[in-house]
Amino acid sequence: MNGEDRSETCDVMIVGAGMAGMAAALFAAQRGLTVVQIGLAGEINFASGMLDLLAVHPVAAGRVWADPWAAMARLCADEPQHPYARLTPAAIHEAMSGFMGFLERTGYPYVTHGTTNLEMITPAGTVKTTYAVPHTMRHGTRALADGRPCLLVDFNGLKGYSARQIAMGLAPRWPSLRTVRLDFPGIGGELYPERMARSLELADARRKLARAIQPHLGDAAAVGLPAVLSVSSTLQALADLQDALRVPVFEIPTMLPAVTGLRLREGCEQHLPAMGVRAHYQQRVLRVRHLPEGGWLFDAGDQAVARRIRSRAAILCSGRFFSHGLHAERTGIRETIFGLPVTQPARRSDWHHWDLLHAPGHPINRAGVPVDSRFRPVDDSSQPVYPDLFAAGSILAHQDWVRQKCGSGLAIATAWGAVGACQAFID
Amino acid sequence: MRTQVLIIGGGVSGTGLARDLALRGVACVLAEKRDINAGASGGNHGLLHSGARYVASDPAAARECRSENRRLKKLAAHCIEDAGGLFVAVAGDDERYIAEFPSLCSRCGISARPLPPDEARAMEPALAENVIAAFAVDDATIDPFKLSLDNIASALRSGGRLLRHHQVVGFDINAGRIRSARLRDVLTGRSRRVEADLVVNAAGAWAGQVAALAGATVAMRYSKGSLLVTQSRIAHRVLNRLRPPGNGDILVPGGTVSILGTTSERVASPDAIRPEIHELDAIIAEGAAMVPLLASTRYIRAYCGVRPLLGDANSPDDRSDRNVSRGFVLIDHERQPEKLANLITVTGGKLTTYRLMAEKAGDMVCGKLALESPCRTRLETLPDTVEARWTEPGLAPRLWLRRDDPEDDLLCECEMVPQSAVEEIVRGLRRQGGRPGLTAIGLRSRVGKGPCQGTFCSQRVTARLCDRRHLGDQEGVVELRAFLRERWRGQQPLLWDESLAQAELLEAMHCGFFGLELGAPPPGDP
Repeated sequence: MNGEDRSETCDVMIVGAGMAGMAAALFAAQRGLTVVQIGLAGEINFASGMLDLLAVHPVAAGRVWADPWAAMARLCADEPQHPYARLTPAAIHEAMSGFMGFLERTGYPYVTHGTTNLEMITPAGTVKTTYAVPHTMRHGTRALADGRPCLLVDFNGLKGYSARQIAMGLAPRWPSLRTVRLDFPGIGGELYPERMARSLELADARRKLARAIQPHLGDAAAVGLPAVLSVSSTLQALADLQDALRVPVFEIPTMLPAVTGLRLREGCEQHLPAMGVRAHYQQRVLRVRHLPEGGWLFDAGDQAVARRIRSRAAILCSGRFFSHGLHAERTGIRETIFGLPVTQPARRSDWHHWDLLHAPGHPINRAGVPVDSRFRPVDDSSQPVYPDLFAAGSILAHQDWVRQKCGSGLAIATAWGAVGACQAFID
Repeated sequence: MRTQVLIIGGGVSGTGLARDLALRGVACVLAEKRDINAGASGGNHGLLHSGARYVASDPAAARECRSENRRLKKLAAHCIEDAGGLFVAVAGDDERYIAEFPSLCSRCGISARPLPPDEARAMEPALAENVIAAFAVDDATIDPFKLSLDNIASALRSGGRLLRHHQVVGFDINAGRIRSARLRDVLTGRSRRVEADLVVNAAGAWAGQVAALAGATVAMRYSKGSLLVTQSRIAHRVLNRLRPPGNGDILVPGGTVSILGTTSERVASPDAIRPEIHELDAIIAEGAAMVPLLASTRYIRAYCGVRPLLGDANSPDDRSDRNVSRGFVLIDHERQPEKLANLITVTGGKLTTYRLMAEKAGDMVCGKLALESPCRTRLETLPDTVEARWTEPGLAPRLWLRRDDPEDDLLCECEMVPQSAVEEIVRGLRRQGGRPGLTAIGLRSRVGKGPCQGTFCSQRVTARLCDRRHLGDQEGVVELRAFLRERWRGQQPLLWDESLAQAELLEAMHCGFFGLELGAPPPGDP
């Protein structure tokens, strides 16, 4: 590191660039705080793009709820340590609306079904209950709901995505699905969703795709395609296809990592800096020190230290094991950046059940960083470890976002809560 | 269905016998309740013993291993890597055992060449610094899946019949003879009857259960052994600890990985077993005494098998299980109290001596059927069949690169298995009258065996199978669940560090996104 220009100061440092980190940076910037955000943004590519709020409770019973708010009331009564229980429904609603409003301004609006959950198709031919989907999936949720005749399209060379697999999986509830496999215009051999999507940024490629689909339409009242309808111009791409085919068109998410995650990443990477967030998405925190007078000093970079950031407060949004916010050794689980206490099962033999699909879920998934009502990480005696450190997202203890189907909602709502508490601290 | 011989059990003994009988011109049907090598035949190190392991405890088994080792290296060379092996003692190991080892070996005709510790460490740098004694032996490795798949494929070419997923549920017995066996297709629930002149019970650890269906008693005890697979190959040769058999005393190379074993734990039943954390931690701790890297290396998988040992399951001390003879038994039930004229049981034994077991069982079959037809597997080379070729690490990528076909997508990217290989396996399964499923393809290839442990390839292969209508409506999800559950059993005791991160992604995709856990039936047998 050299030179004064590599030193920065800010009100709040956001550590992490997944869904929670992006939401925290957004909310902090909107509240007028000065924000630096550090984190490798790659993991957000693994987002399915569907925004879950809450669909399953209790996990062991596998009960799926149409009304996420009713589910949440029950969840908070049954599991008072769940992070949702730290927030009011009004705050959670405001957080979700705020984040979706931001996505709309990036040109990638999401749709909900009023205040209830909606259902969407997965590439495994299953149905997923979720809260909000990208506008490109709007007609998919409708067609799934009313069972109208549809044509599902897939492409030679696109691995892990078979229209026939989806139609076969949905056959009992949706017998009027037809499928067709096409060559993707302009690209041969093995297809990658990102490359397909980038090619569809161009109107000419969209026309060719529509012409390829046209002869197979038949009685189809809608057309489903894998989620490749461009990365950054989905509104136009969808409109063009619908104009050409004269039926509603919708996307079905592909296997992960998917374009639906990439769109969120690029939307945030492009629009958060425009809102004043000083973001360094290719760097990570290498060293951190809590200052005697309060506040934090971070060294960040790729391999070597590239910059030093001094902040009045910090919000930890570093995620779980996949994104290295938590790390497991044979002997235990630790938090990797601040060395915070981690709530965890007593023994490694209690981490996972031997059945992958064990109904109550795996205990390790409820391990994580415990926080108080102001989202401050706490120690064994429930006291905040630092007055100026907050945490949000999947790193939090006492939740199982995979099984509860609450990943995005948890990230966005707890980011909202942590930013609010952080601002109150700074003020 | 009518046949001369019904073989029950599709492990190395059953498939080896199917080929043995086919070469003698005897028609047979093989019924297996799961799939090829579902029991101990698929749950072992893949070690072709020199025999040196048994010179102290079981000299007869040691001699059998020695001669079969030499024979198989000639006749089944394509299933074998002649890696060689070392017996190694470290400081603190039993000096008397070390001193007696060479003479015990020579008494069994087993070559054991003494090596200075420095030389042993130069040959295998992963060995601990405190090696005090070392001997070179003729150990090798053998791919048990390739072996059984080759045996059954070669038997089927001579007109045999394979019934996978068919469990024997009863026998129709009349006047001291089994007239027919009642089978149930465990996938469809359909029943079927097989009439046979003679029935061979080659059900391995399940031999006692099968015998009981015929009113016969085969006293068995069940000794579970668990093993670990490392992410990369740690030693070139087989490394044995030079001491009485115990936990974590052997490291066997297997293509691009090493396999660390093993435990011996008495279990009440051969069903529903799985490797457990306390066993694996014990193996790692012991193994690290001989090869220190084992304490810190990444493990990608654990698995286990049940040794079918003859003897009373109620005998008290499971420590003695290591000393039960590893020789095999061949029972003519005509000479047993139940006096069944046409039932034979063959069980016990070792992977190394599978051919000999099949030969002796084949001799008994022919004797009872009054057929003059000598064994041919002693001399004839085991064919290298197309059905068995995709188990070999590195073959799929080699052929894929050579073919250079841009349309031939890699469905398993970790192990580079292209769709052409999957299609060939499907054709092979169809030829054998079977249904192609994801788990069956996994058993016959490297699909799901790389670092992603099935996260991505499971869905890619399922999509392909659905697309080609190899699977019917609703079967895609059923196959995905079964395959991922089977892989998970081997992952869950080893989930720390990067493996845990990978497992988190797996669950996020298959449960968080696809919701496979919702509405899932309870797990079946492993």
